[in-house]
Amino acid sequence: MPTFSTDEVARLAALARIDLTDAELTRLAAELEVIAHAVEKVSEIASADVPATSHPIPLVNVWREDVPVATLDRDEVLAQAPAAEDGRFAVPQILGEE
Amino acid sequence: MTTTPTPSLVEYEDAVARFDPVLGIEVHVELGTATKMFDGAPVTFGAEPNTQVTPVSLGLPGALPSLNRAAVESAIRIGLALNCEIAASCRFARKNYFYPDIPKNFQTSQYDEPIAHDGWIDVELEDGTVVRVEIERAHMEEDAGKNTHVGGHDGRLQGAEYSLVDYNRAGIPLVEIVTRPILGTGERAPEVAAAYVRTLRDIFRTLGVSEARMERGNVRADVNVSLRPSPESPLGTRTETKNVNSFRSVDRAVRFEISRQAAVLDAGLSVIQETRHFHETDGTTSPGRVKSDAEDYRYFPEPDLVPIEPDRAWVEELRSGLPELPAARRRRLHTEWGFADAEMRDVVNAGALDLIEASVAAGTTPAAARKWWMGELARIASSSETALEDLPITPAQVAQLQQLVDAGRINDKLARQVLAGVLAGEGSPEDVVAARGLEVVSDDGQLLEAIDAALAAQPDIAEKIRGGNLGPIGAVIGAVMKATRGQADAGRVRELVLERVQA
Amino acid sequence: MSATELTSALTRRTAADLAALLRAGDVSAVEVATAHLDRIEAVEPAVHAFLHVDREDTLAQARAVDAERAAGEELHELAGVPVAVKDVVVTRGTPTTAGSRILEGWVPPYDATLVTRLRAAGMPMLGKTNMDEFAMGSSTEHSGYGPTHNPWDLDRIPGGSGGGSAAALAAFEAPLAIGTDTGGSIRQPASVTGTVGVKPTYGSVSRYGLVALASSLDQAGPCARTVLDAALLHEVIGGHDPLDATSLTGPAAGYADAARQGASGDLRGVRVGVVRELGGSGHEAGFQREVSAAFRRTVELLEGAGAEVVEVSCPSFTAALAAYYLILPAEASSNLAKFDGMRFGLRVEPAEEPVTAERVMAATRGAGFGSEVKRRIILGTYALSAGYYDAYYGSAQKVRTLIQRDFAAAFDAVDVLVSPTAPTTAFKLGEKLDDPLAMYLNDVATIPANLAGVPGISVPNGLDDAGLPIGLQILAPARADARLYRVGAAVEHLVTADRPGSAPIIDSIPAIPTEVAP
Repeated sequence: MPTFSTDEVARLAALARIDLTDAELTRLAAELEVIAHAVEKVSEIASADVPATSHPIPLVNVWREDVPVATLDRDEVLAQAPAAEDGRFAVPQILGEE
Repeated sequence: MTTTPTPSLVEYEDAVARFDPVLGIEVHVELGTATKMFDGAPVTFGAEPNTQVTPVSLGLPGALPSLNRAAVESAIRIGLALNCEIAASCRFARKNYFYPDIPKNFQTSQYDEPIAHDGWIDVELEDGTVVRVEIERAHMEEDAGKNTHVGGHDGRLQGAEYSLVDYNRAGIPLVEIVTRPILGTGERAPEVAAAYVRTLRDIFRTLGVSEARMERGNVRADVNVSLRPSPESPLGTRTETKNVNSFRSVDRAVRFEISRQAAVLDAGLSVIQETRHFHETDGTTSPGRVKSDAEDYRYFPEPDLVPIEPDRAWVEELRSGLPELPAARRRRLHTEWGFADAEMRDVVNAGALDLIEASVAAGTTPAAARKWWMGELARIASSSETALEDLPITPAQVAQLQQLVDAGRINDKLARQVLAGVLAGEGSPEDVVAARGLEVVSDDGQLLEAIDAALAAQPDIAEKIRGGNLGPIGAVIGAVMKATRGQADAGRVRELVLERVQA
Repeated sequence: MSATELTSALTRRTAADLAALLRAGDVSAVEVATAHLDRIEAVEPAVHAFLHVDREDTLAQARAVDAERAAGEELHELAGVPVAVKDVVVTRGTPTTAGSRILEGWVPPYDATLVTRLRAAGMPMLGKTNMDEFAMGSSTEHSGYGPTHNPWDLDRIPGGSGGGSAAALAAFEAPLAIGTDTGGSIRQPASVTGTVGVKPTYGSVSRYGLVALASSLDQAGPCARTVLDAALLHEVIGGHDPLDATSLTGPAAGYADAARQGASGDLRGVRVGVVRELGGSGHEAGFQREVSAAFRRTVELLEGAGAEVVEVSCPSFTAALAAYYLILPAEASSNLAKFDGMRFGLRVEPAEEPVTAERVMAATRGAGFGSEVKRRIILGTYALSAGYYDAYYGSAQKVRTLIQRDFAAAFDAVDVLVSPTAPTTAFKLGEKLDDPLAMYLNDVATIPANLAGVPGISVPNGLDDAGLPIGLQILAPARADARLYRVGAAVEHLVTADRPGSAPIIDSIPAIPTEVAP
C-alpha cells in the first residue's frame, strides 16, 4: 500500500523540479493517494509471464543515412530564449559545475 | 559534501602493499560521423555556437529523434573489436535528470540492453606483460552541450554568475565502454589503467570510428578506484574520477586515489562513494558535483525509437571487414621484422611502429628503418621535445636516405648531415645532397690526388703498408676524408691506397 | 446573395462542398477564409475555441492559393479549404502554447510535418485552437487560458483535451480541424459536440512537431463535421515521415473512397462486435441512460443494414484506465522535463537568493504548470522511481500486452468493434473539476484503442433528453483505417436517415449568441 505523504510528494516534486506551495502539497498528497489506489490493480492482473509492450506497433531497425540536413536559424531560435549572449543561451548559475 | 577533515596521503608503495586496488574504467568515445546520433545536424569542429542544431538537438517541443545508421555500425564494430557479443535485439532508454547542458533534461542512452556486451581486450604493458581486461558492455548514447561559466569576479553583469550554453555538441554520437572490475593489478594498477585507455584509443583509430584524440575530448575516461584489505575481501567502496584528459592523467589519478583512500581507511573512516574531479596541475582529486538523492534516473525504454535488431549477416560482414587490430598487427610485424622482444617493445613504446612500417613500405629494411627512427631521429625528437611522428621528415624520406647510403653515394656521417638538412626543410634527401654537395666523391682521380698528397706528407707510411703493417692506413684515410670534407667512401679509399702503395 | 448570407452559406458547407466550389471557381479562397474569419469574430466571445487568430496571415495564405489557381497551377483537391489547428501542434512563426502558460508567447522556429503538408496542400490556417494544458484533460477546463464553451450549451464543456477544435467545428468557425488523441482527446470532444473525430492507427500521422504528452499513445488526427471530410483531411496529413521513427511506411490513401463507399449504408457482410466491457451487458454503470439507449438504437440500425452483430468480451479492458494513468504520466513526466525556462518559454526567478539554474527551473515549473499537469508529472515520477518501476510502469506495460491480445482475439471474430464514445453527454463547466478520478472516467471507452495503437472514430448517433449530442465509437484493427471510414460513413448515413426529417444531427444545434451579425 503506497503512502503519499506530503514528504513523499515533496521528494517527488524536488526530483521533478517543481516548486509547490504547502497547500498544493497537501492537496496533491490526498489526490494522488486516491489515484494510486485506483491504478494499483495493474500489478494484480499483470503476471510475470506476460511480456511488456512499449511500442504499440511493432517496428524495428528504423534509421537514416549519415547525411547532414539544414540547421536552424540561430537568430530565430535565440529570439525566443529568455536570455542570450554571444550566440549562446544565458542560464543562471549552475550549482556544483565541473 | 564531506565535513570531516581530509587525512594526509599514504605513500603509494605503502598503500599498495597493504591494500588491494580494484579498478573500473568507463571510456566514452565521440564517433567521427558526419551527423549527430539522433538528428542530421552536421558535426564539424570549431563551428560558431548554436549553428549546428536542429529542433531535435535543441530539445524543442515537438522534436523527435531519428537514429544515425552509421553510428550503429561504428558501435557494432567497436563491440566486435572488443570481442563482445552483439545483441540480437536492443533498445534505447531515457536517463532522466535536469541539467542545462542536456536540452531535453533526459539523455537518450541504453540501459539494460546495450548493443554489445561480455567482451575482453588484452592490454600490453611496456615491459611486455599482458593483462586481460573484461568488458562488461559497450552502448550508444548522445553527448551533452557545452556550458561556459561566466561572471563572478570579472565584473560582468554586476558580478552575478551565470553560464552560456552552446548546443553544437549536444547529440554527437558517443559509445560508452564499461569494464568489469579489473582485479589483481596490485601496484601496477595505474599503469594498467593508462595502458587500457591507450589500447582503446589505438583500436578506435585503427577502426576509423573516431579521431580519438584525448586532448580534444574525443576520448574521455572516468576512472573508478576502490581498495580492499586483500583479494579475498569483498569489494570496497569506489569513487569515480572525471576530467582525466590524458593517459598520464589516468595513471596519476589512479595513483592519487589509491594513496588518498588508503589514508581514509587507515584513519578508520569510510570512503565516500562520490564523483571526484582530477586536477592536472597537481595530480590530486577533489569531490565533484554534489548529486541529490543518489540520482534516481528513472530509466525507461525510449518510446520515440524502435528496437534495433542487427541482422546477423550484417554483423558477420562487419566482423570480416574489420581491419587488422593493433595487437595482431604488432605480433605480425614482430615476426616479419625479426626484432628481439626488447627491441620491439622499445619501438612500440616510442610510438615508432607506424613510422618504421611506412619506411619499410617505401623501400628499406626493418633494421635500417629502426636504426634511423630509434637512433638519430629519436634523439632529435627527445631534445626538441617533439613527438617522433611530428618531426618534419616522412618515412619515405627516411627510406630514401638509407637507399643513398646503400648505393654508396653517401656514408653514415654524411647521412646525418643530410638528415639535418631534411629536418630543416631543405627538401628531400636527394635535394639536400645536391644542394649541399654532400655526395661522396666517386671520381677515383680526385681520390688519388688526395691519397698522393697524404702519402707525400708522410713518406714512411707507404713503406710500412707495403711491409704488411696496415695500421697507418687509417691515418691516410683520415687525411683523405679531411681533404674531401668527409665526402669519400672509406672503403674505396682503402682500396685505392693499397693499390697506390703497391704501384 | 448578401455578404452575410454568403458567409452563412459558406460556413455551413462541408469541406468537400467547399473544395468543389473552389475548384469550379464559384468562390475564391479569400471569400471562404473571410467568411470563416468573420464567423470566428462573431462567436468567439461566447465560445472561446481559439487561442490565436491572425486575420491578415490567413488572408495572405488564401490570396496565395487564389493566385496559384489563377496562374493555372495544379492544386491539391482541398486547396483553399481552411483548417483550424490544435495549439499542441508546432507552427513556425505562429505562437504555440499547448494550452499552457509556460509556453506563453513562444513562437516556434519550425513547422510540424503535418503543418508542412497542410501548407503544401494550400489549406489556409484559421488559427490555433484551445485545449487542456499539454493535452491532459477531458473538458478543456485545464487550459491555462480559460475554458472553451460547448456551442450546444455555453454552460457546458466541449470535451477535452481537444475541446477547441471540436467547438470550432460545431460553431461553424471552421470546416476542418486538426486534433490529437492520447486517450480520447479527439473522439470524446467529437462525441459531446456532435462532430466527427478520428484517432488514426498509431504511426499513421507523423508526430514530428506535436508537443509530446505520452509518446507511445499520442496521435494527431482529422476532425470534421462529416466522415468524408475527416477522410479527406486524413489523406492530407497522413503517411510516412522519416523524421518520426514510429511512423508507418506507406501512404495514407483510400480513406475518402472508403467513406464514399460506406455512405450507401450497406453493411452486408460486415461483422460488428459490441464490447461488453465498454458499456455493454454488466458494465452499464457510469453510462448515462440516453447514451446507452442511443447505442442500442444504433446497433439495431446496423443489424437492419445487414451487419452481423455479436457481443465480444475484452476482459483486460477493465484495467485499461489504470494502465493508462500510469503509462501516460510516466512518459509525460519525461516529455515535459524540457520546460524549464532555460531555452524558451516562461522563466521565473525564485523570490529569494540564490538564483541558480536549479531554483529557476523549479520556480518556473511551479508557476507555469497548472494543477492537472503537476498532478500527472508527480504521479509519473513516482511510477518510474527506483523500487516502484516494476509494480507500476512495468506492470502497466504488461496490461498493455493483454489489451492488445484481447483486441487481436476480438478482431479474429469481427471486422469492427463498437461502443458509446463517452459515458455521458456534455457535463456542466466546473462539475468534475474537484474530482480528478471522476474526470478520468470520461475516457474509459476511448483509452483501450490508444494503448493498443488501433484506430477509432466517433460519429454522432443521437441526442439526449436535453438535446445534447451523443457519439458512437467504432474501432478497427491497426492499419485498417479505411474500414473505419467505410463503416463510419455507413453509420452516419443510417443515423441521419433515422432522424426526423433525415437531418444531420449538427443541424439541431441551437444558434449561438453573437455580438456581430450574423
